[in-house]
Amino acid sequence: MKKVTSSLLALGTAAALSLGVVATTPADDETIQAAFVYVGPVSDHGWSYAHDQARLAMEAELGDMVETTYLESVSEGADAVRALERLARAGNDIIFATSFGYMESVGEVAERFPDVKFEHATGYQSGENFANYNGHFYEGRYVLGKIAGLETESNTIGYIASYAIPEVISGINSFMLGAQSVNPDVEVKIIWVNTWYDPPREAEAANALMDQGADILVQHTDSTAQLQAAQERGLRGFGNDSDMGAFAPDAQLTSIVNNWAPYYVDRVRAVADGTWETGSAMGSMESGMVQMAPFANMAPETQAVAEETMAGIIAGEIHPFTGPIYNQDGELVVAEGEQAPLDMILGMNFYIQGIDDAYPN
Amino acid sequence: MLLEGILITIVGAATPIVLAAIGDLVVERSGVLNLGGEGMMIMGAVCAFGAALATGNPYAGIVVGAAAGVGMALLFGLFTIYLASNQVATGLALTLLGLGLAGLIGEDFVGTPGVRLEAITIPGLSAIPFIGPALFDRDILVYLSFAIVAGVAYVMFRTRAGLVLRATGENAEASHALGRDVRLIRLAAVAFGGACAGLGGAYLSLALTAQWTEGMTAGRGWIALAIVVFATWLPGRLLVGAYLFGGVIILQLHGQALGINVPPQAMTMMPYLATIIALVILSRNQALMRRNTPAALGRAFVPDR
Repeated sequence: MKKVTSSLLALGTAAALSLGVVATTPADDETIQAAFVYVGPVSDHGWSYAHDQARLAMEAELGDMVETTYLESVSEGADAVRALERLARAGNDIIFATSFGYMESVGEVAERFPDVKFEHATGYQSGENFANYNGHFYEGRYVLGKIAGLETESNTIGYIASYAIPEVISGINSFMLGAQSVNPDVEVKIIWVNTWYDPPREAEAANALMDQGADILVQHTDSTAQLQAAQERGLRGFGNDSDMGAFAPDAQLTSIVNNWAPYYVDRVRAVADGTWETGSAMGSMESGMVQMAPFANMAPETQAVAEETMAGIIAGEIHPFTGPIYNQDGELVVAEGEQAPLDMILGMNFYIQGIDDAYPN
Repeated sequence: MLLEGILITIVGAATPIVLAAIGDLVVERSGVLNLGGEGMMIMGAVCAFGAALATGNPYAGIVVGAAAGVGMALLFGLFTIYLASNQVATGLALTLLGLGLAGLIGEDFVGTPGVRLEAITIPGLSAIPFIGPALFDRDILVYLSFAIVAGVAYVMFRTRAGLVLRATGENAEASHALGRDVRLIRLAAVAFGGACAGLGGAYLSLALTAQWTEGMTAGRGWIALAIVVFATWLPGRLLVGAYLFGGVIILQLHGQALGINVPPQAMTMMPYLATIIALVILSRNQALMRRNTPAALGRAFVPDR
């Protein structure tokens, strides 16, 4: 493995790009060269960390078949184009770009390097040599909702959200559907922190929510700060993107764990076999991309419900967005017995009934 | 209960900014503009975290955090004061260096729970309703932040040393002509600023969240710099500005949790907006502004020119 660290936030990216070229040795024909581009630092312990863990797992599994390299903290936009171009020129066979905002850049560079395979996480565009992949992470949030609904004593859940994008909105809705299914009185208080990652601010938000009576915290941000804040007050919450139990052993109920490794193994192997094809892959709980950290700090009955729910989702018997689902205005958006179409979930732009907050615009 | 909780968190949000800003204030009063606050702060955060982790003692972390800030500041001082390099460019470079170096040093600390700085309860005072728990049941850095602001205010305006410092910031040549070692005075001020920024960083990684994460200062070093200017280089106003900023940060979070219907982006903007508006109003007095702005701010001084 060749590690390319761009430590400086902005200038560092440029420095790392030149390093990347130096560090990459010419590949012999047998070895697949795979490169990864991360939007944050590998050490964010959240999104980019999960991707990098998957890179390492893929490397461990494929052994000599693959050589990997990565660039971290690459800004979306012009920097991403340069990064992708350099990696393509440096002889990489397959390049994984792991942030939504890279989508246009990947499309542009993929056209210029038809022999290189490009993979883009969480986007919706694709091309001849340009595939995209994503996961149904809202499935995990439904399980979190069941746990929170059963475990809360104050019937108030605190939710720390990042940006008002469909992924986060559908997560909140899925969570609340899960919570409402086991506890009709449950309420959620939502704070938008407008960042993926600012530990002190996330901790402040957590404290504000707990001051207002929330006894369980949910996060759709990347740091471990709110779990620690909960632990300090003897309250509980959920981690995000990776198992954060080490930070708050008495507070973490469970955490959604993004497991990209099987997908990376498949795709690199496909390049080696010459069977790689473009497409749109959707990972799920069933495929193993959406996993949960070990259940802890909850009643055995709650754990049983959580495990049942997971099993149901994996077996395809439970779908979080099964009607009847009403929006905040009381309009029926998903009819009884029907499931929300994937388009609606991926582009979700409304709160379900039972969320008192105003929808952010 | 809610009010008490709000006050407690406001103090937590304001303290790192007070610490970093009071250091900047002294530096700028000596006529040096150090834009490296963010870099010194984050170095303070990572070194404090590491030292506390290694020794198991958060107080060792505080000392090392401050020392790391001083080290960065001395580097800046060497270039700008003794080699007369451009202060703006050097300061920006210091920020970038600090952010990168801290990431490198902190690589092994990621994912490790840290050592938390515990509160020291002041008997009697901490029992005062509302402000007691917020102000007198806190960790040492909160107490220190008030002590430093009071100390700076006293030394700056009531002692000979403060007069010499301000004179150097007003007119380095004149100060030099009077036989003062301008460069040494400025270096001392810069080092003090580094120590304060380091303490502010230490507060983030030891008290506010007992963990290290890359980029965890998230712009607080820049806020501190802005507050110094809007506070017209006066310690008392600086305290008001920092607490206003911290207060609005916390109140906008509570507003959101209460379901107040304001776009979250606007809510996030509020602390900056409120602080700027309040301090602009405070600094409307032109005479006061002119009297307090260090005239030699940002200008390099070479003794034998």
